[in-house]
Amino acid sequence: MKSHVLSNLRSLEAESIYIFREVAAEMARPCLLFSGGKDSTVMLAIARKAFAPAKIPFPIMHIDTGLNFPEVLAYRDRWVKELGLQLIVASVPDAMERGVVQEEPNGSRNRIQTPVLLEAVEKHGFDALFGGARRDEEKARAKERVFSFRDEFGQWDPKNQRPELWSLYNSRVHKGQSIRVFPLSNWTELDIWTYIAAESVEIADLYFAAEREVITRDGMLYMVNEFTPKKNGEKSERRHVRYRTIGDANLTAAVDSEADTLEKIVAEIGAVRITERGATRGDDRVSETSMEDRKREGYF
Amino acid sequence: MPGAEPARPPGRRETDLLRLATAGSVDDGKSTLIGRLLFDSKTLFIDQLAAVERVSRERGHDFTDLALLTDGLRAEREQGITIDVAYRFFATPKRRFIIADTPGHIQYTRNMVTGASTADVAVLLLDARRGITEQSRRHAFIASLLGVPHILLCVNKMDLVDWSEDAFESIREEFVEFATRLRVRDLSFTPISALHGDNVVMQSTNMPWYDGLPLLRHLERLYVASDRNLVDVRFPIQYVIRPQSHTVIDYRGYAGTVASGVLKPGDPVMVLPSGLETTIESIETADGPVDEAYPPMAVTVQLIDHLDISRGDMLCRPHNVPTVAQEIDAQVCWMDESATMTKGAKYAIKHTTRWARALVRDIAYRIDVNTLHRVEGIDALALNEIGRVQLRTTQPLFVDTYQDNRQTGSFILVDERSNKTVGAGVIGRATVAA
Repeated sequence: MKSHVLSNLRSLEAESIYIFREVAAEMARPCLLFSGGKDSTVMLAIARKAFAPAKIPFPIMHIDTGLNFPEVLAYRDRWVKELGLQLIVASVPDAMERGVVQEEPNGSRNRIQTPVLLEAVEKHGFDALFGGARRDEEKARAKERVFSFRDEFGQWDPKNQRPELWSLYNSRVHKGQSIRVFPLSNWTELDIWTYIAAESVEIADLYFAAEREVITRDGMLYMVNEFTPKKNGEKSERRHVRYRTIGDANLTAAVDSEADTLEKIVAEIGAVRITERGATRGDDRVSETSMEDRKREGYF
Repeated sequence: MPGAEPARPPGRRETDLLRLATAGSVDDGKSTLIGRLLFDSKTLFIDQLAAVERVSRERGHDFTDLALLTDGLRAEREQGITIDVAYRFFATPKRRFIIADTPGHIQYTRNMVTGASTADVAVLLLDARRGITEQSRRHAFIASLLGVPHILLCVNKMDLVDWSEDAFESIREEFVEFATRLRVRDLSFTPISALHGDNVVMQSTNMPWYDGLPLLRHLERLYVASDRNLVDVRFPIQYVIRPQSHTVIDYRGYAGTVASGVLKPGDPVMVLPSGLETTIESIETADGPVDEAYPPMAVTVQLIDHLDISRGDMLCRPHNVPTVAQEIDAQVCWMDESATMTKGAKYAIKHTTRWARALVRDIAYRIDVNTLHRVEGIDALALNEIGRVQLRTTQPLFVDTYQDNRQTGSFILVDERSNKTVGAGVIGRATVAA
């Protein structure tokens, strides 16, 4: 007799598929935010499953900070071609040129992406945006809904969230308002990797360990490239490293690793004892509440 | 790229997923318990622990306060409030767990109803020194109303009652007596000390008289497969897939998530609301056809006949159909702080994948969640109140009692002006009998 119990991964996948279909059925103009990272890749892989054999019935959007690892752009374009997607690029350098946003003194474009995102949402009239955020990442995210309501300014109000019961999602909004939808809310980092390995999902090469030229800065390892060049007096070395997260090239650090296959990455993540953001993101260490603040401003 | 099909079918030897709701106040040690589960199951990360150790030192604690792990947002600290449900995750080699962590203050009902709505098990926490309080009764009532199949009562702070078996047993007896008035399928008890870790992950050496399992071991072994309704086939149509493509011609697939029952190719099915009968031709997924679909699988069903079927319709078996109802009798939990639910008011209602409008015909009574007494002669439900309500809907809904089916027995009410979710309902037997 069959057990009729779905495994953890299949349960999570089914939940995500359900969420994609619910939004596609109820919203006028959804869009998927794609960064080229592992989470948005898994999101895209599941979106494909949700609508097969039809194509994904919404465009994807990349907020291009101008600080992308070149490998990630090439990888993004391969996915777009493979799935026959419509790609919208909202460019931060372009917005800086138009005077919409200004470069921040520390060189981080994390915060100034938000106005660029909101401008694109308004321009294209999107009423639902899929994001790859997970609740295990951060405490502000632990409290956010799967369907997260945003007002006309794109703001998240943690005190005024809609109760979310069963799988009865409330997608109703007035014109100008929108929802952010997080199909991977209940996935953990380990689930993501186990899924990538089980499904042979192609991910960006930077996630695999290789010998790379790195410098140590504030206790973090940065690859030597045009975004993080060697400064005076800094010594570079060649080390076996990989990326646990992929964000802007000037802020995302690598970790020492020998994991050059998916199986080894799964094993490594299963044993690792430091969070991915703590290990690799200069931008998230700014303050304990930085994610909460950014979300209130309309960040995803 | 995505085209490659996985070589292996959905794995069965992989771990499964258990959803739990925790209830109890900070005073009961709930945050400490969750911190302890994360810590002792080694789910906690070094940088998270370092942050907690630093804050513990800053606040002058003598020990690392694991409760700080579940410390909330700045918005909460600033205003001294707790924002409803937080979701937390941990895993053991046997299972993956999702905790819906609901705060335990007075305005509790809405949050616990939310957390309990998807839970396989409710972990209720109480303080051994104080015994069973109104709050514990309220927690148990809500868990039973929301059909949580397993209730696990953790009697915490056993260290403060000298690890006394008598204290534990008297709480157990009193609670068992109270629970006879509720609909509880599986009730169990564990004496713990979340602060010291006794019977959370490790067996306590301080309570040799307790021969049961520690909390986590119990959660790992809890048998939940039989909690799912595999008898009544209910497949709400969620989305119709019709590729506009040159390579896939004439494809029409009905995508949805199996609410209950087991569907197989060749099965005769009835379509609601039309009542037309046809046969399942195939059940598809992006990874290929499957020979059966059961909850909570998300699949695409193809039917032998071309019928006019759209989102909100439902497939069932011809001899096992849900009640087609426009008069709905339900227990509703009211969740809106800005307005009460009143007789004669109209709301949007969402049930499975179907939206309609609902008129409140009557509010028969409110339940005092502390005493379980009915308060009759009322004409409104306020925030956090639960009452028995009669609704009339603009369109028929395909319903079962909540007791039989958590998917087809539940609905939400939405305010048509603000678009806020204002009520949650569980459908009672009177709907089906009518």
